[in-house]
Amino acid sequence: MTTQPGTALIIGGTSDIGRSTALVYAEHGWKVILTARNDEEGLREVNHLLTASQAKAELCHLDILDTESFGPFINSLDTLPNTVVCVVGMLPTQSRAVADTAYASLSLRTNFEGPAILLGMLADRFEKRGTGTIVGVSSVAGNRGRASNYVYGSAKAGLTAFLSGLRGRLWHSGVRVVTVMPGFVRTRMTDGMKLSPFLTAEPDEVAEAIYEAAELRHRDIIYVRRSWRLVMGVIAAMPEGVFKRVKF
Amino acid sequence: MELSGWGRYPRHSSNVVSPGSPRELAMLQRHIPTYVARGNGRSYGDAGIGAGVTLDMRRFDRMKGFDETSGLLTVEAGVLLADLIDRFLPRGFFPAVVPGTRFVTIGGMIAADVHGKNHHWVGGFGDHVEALKLMFPSGQTVRCSRDENSDLFKATIGGMGLTGTIVEATIRLIKVETGWMGQNTVRAENILSAVQLLTANEGASYAVAWVDCLSKGNALGRSLVYLGEHVSLDALQERKPGAPIYPNTRGRGIAVPLDAPGFLLNRHSIRAFNALRYARARTKDELVTWQSYFFPLDGLDQWNRLYGRRGFLQYQFVLPHQTASRVLPEIMGEIATSGNPSFLAVLKTLGKGGGQLSFPMPGVTLALDFPISDSIFSLLDRLDRLVVEGGGRLYLAKDARQRPETFEAGYPNLSIFRQQRRAIGAEGRLASMLSKRIAV
Repeated sequence: MTTQPGTALIIGGTSDIGRSTALVYAEHGWKVILTARNDEEGLREVNHLLTASQAKAELCHLDILDTESFGPFINSLDTLPNTVVCVVGMLPTQSRAVADTAYASLSLRTNFEGPAILLGMLADRFEKRGTGTIVGVSSVAGNRGRASNYVYGSAKAGLTAFLSGLRGRLWHSGVRVVTVMPGFVRTRMTDGMKLSPFLTAEPDEVAEAIYEAAELRHRDIIYVRRSWRLVMGVIAAMPEGVFKRVKF
Repeated sequence: MELSGWGRYPRHSSNVVSPGSPRELAMLQRHIPTYVARGNGRSYGDAGIGAGVTLDMRRFDRMKGFDETSGLLTVEAGVLLADLIDRFLPRGFFPAVVPGTRFVTIGGMIAADVHGKNHHWVGGFGDHVEALKLMFPSGQTVRCSRDENSDLFKATIGGMGLTGTIVEATIRLIKVETGWMGQNTVRAENILSAVQLLTANEGASYAVAWVDCLSKGNALGRSLVYLGEHVSLDALQERKPGAPIYPNTRGRGIAVPLDAPGFLLNRHSIRAFNALRYARARTKDELVTWQSYFFPLDGLDQWNRLYGRRGFLQYQFVLPHQTASRVLPEIMGEIATSGNPSFLAVLKTLGKGGGQLSFPMPGVTLALDFPISDSIFSLLDRLDRLVVEGGGRLYLAKDARQRPETFEAGYPNLSIFRQQRRAIGAEGRLASMLSKRIAV
């Protein structure tokens, strides 16, 4: 079962995963609309897409923290996209997020509030139309709050729960919701971190997995590296009494 | 962190910074006292190691625009040649000049003014650069081309990143009808007949000779000469009906998983390999893919590990035609008697160089590689003297050990180049371990 090429809206089109995802959709003949907060960076990506893939591509300015702008942004789109992929996110430094409330709030809003509200608004439009695919890139960090990154993890947990609920609400209306758990990805966000090669994916790999799950195989939840399923299964099975003592 | 070139010798510690945008690059350059830009680290010696800081340019990997009619492509400097070919070969375009690996950045190709197997008639990569954007240590960006800031343009082609950081370039691609090459193999009994064959075949689009460096006597430098042409669509359909027009553009091949023991490539194993290769070669005309013609070693990821932990030295020199026939056999003899094995030895003819420090000059070039050993340095010092005395020079992108005197003797435009550096405030600010070693 394959989808005919349509229009894909990539929210967070200048992130490493966003760039790769845009290119994969473009290569499959889709028109791509990228959003970026930094217009200069957005222009670099759109030019790259146009040059490297010969696909149609457009740039829209969007700041995920500016929830007021979401309505006008959606209305400004020439056509409602067939698929939206939201890859917006920031990985805060846990110690700073504990000490600095403004910083913690920025992370919660970037990772949860903004994406949830925007995807919720697009979901309403998709529901009215009766078709569409919503892809949210969440994180295994949201499966269980760990001492070392729970400010990030809790926001992603919120996003995962939001996507799960949205999927339940929309499944009979013809709108699909896909939750993507990339695990570790070699990107700017994880630059400098020591990552296990077995658990770490390249951005291209995540992009291919997104396209496959959203457009070819119609999956609900995907773990880009399967090994993460096992890791998270073990983590989920630990009794809280043990879990709270484990340092990782 | 510890950095080295592809030869894994020498190794120096340098702070590596990876700017993500022109804005970030400008800010970094203003604040870092001395640095040089690095591409994908495929120069062999110390050219891509900053004295102080190394600016990793690989995040400048966006393509900017392409014009089908003129074949002009504008890209950021960190775009890999491999990605460029992946994107444009299926559209019928190919770079006018490619080096022996496609895992190089466009910026690196310009900085080294790399040459291919077609230098004798199309020149170096720099000759197909239409314009480039260069960032000075001050953070200021200038455009240069043959009409605009032309002196700076000529200093930057082959300038090893020492005249500013190349940020963006517009290059000309050529049209090809297929991704196949017609390859003709011809045997040459010794080094001089190989040179003759190459010179006699200057009408061929691509020409290169593989040389057996361990044969002696009359067979000194016996060679296999490979001549190549892009294959037309008609010829492909006639000779290989049903073959894909643009074969396998993706994939990196198999990887060498770990450092080979240092003794793997020794004079006996190489002698056996060379004898077999030469004996099995027949004069023939065949169709091969672009990958196997241009980038045979790319099929073996991290092949530099075959030389073991100590690394290896590349030694590539060029000699003018007038002295080549005299000096080449001397050099080959010196190598053969020293017993230092060169696994790869590649002979080509070159034309005029495009930049002030471009390596090519009309003549003959030989590229050799030697595993690091205690005796190799004195052998190469002896070869340096023969090269200088023959009016030749060494390729900076491969060099890891030449002395300033050798460099100065080979590059007569050095003083103009230094003036350019002074004019843009690069002196003392833009420095690599190479530029310090050879006193640019």
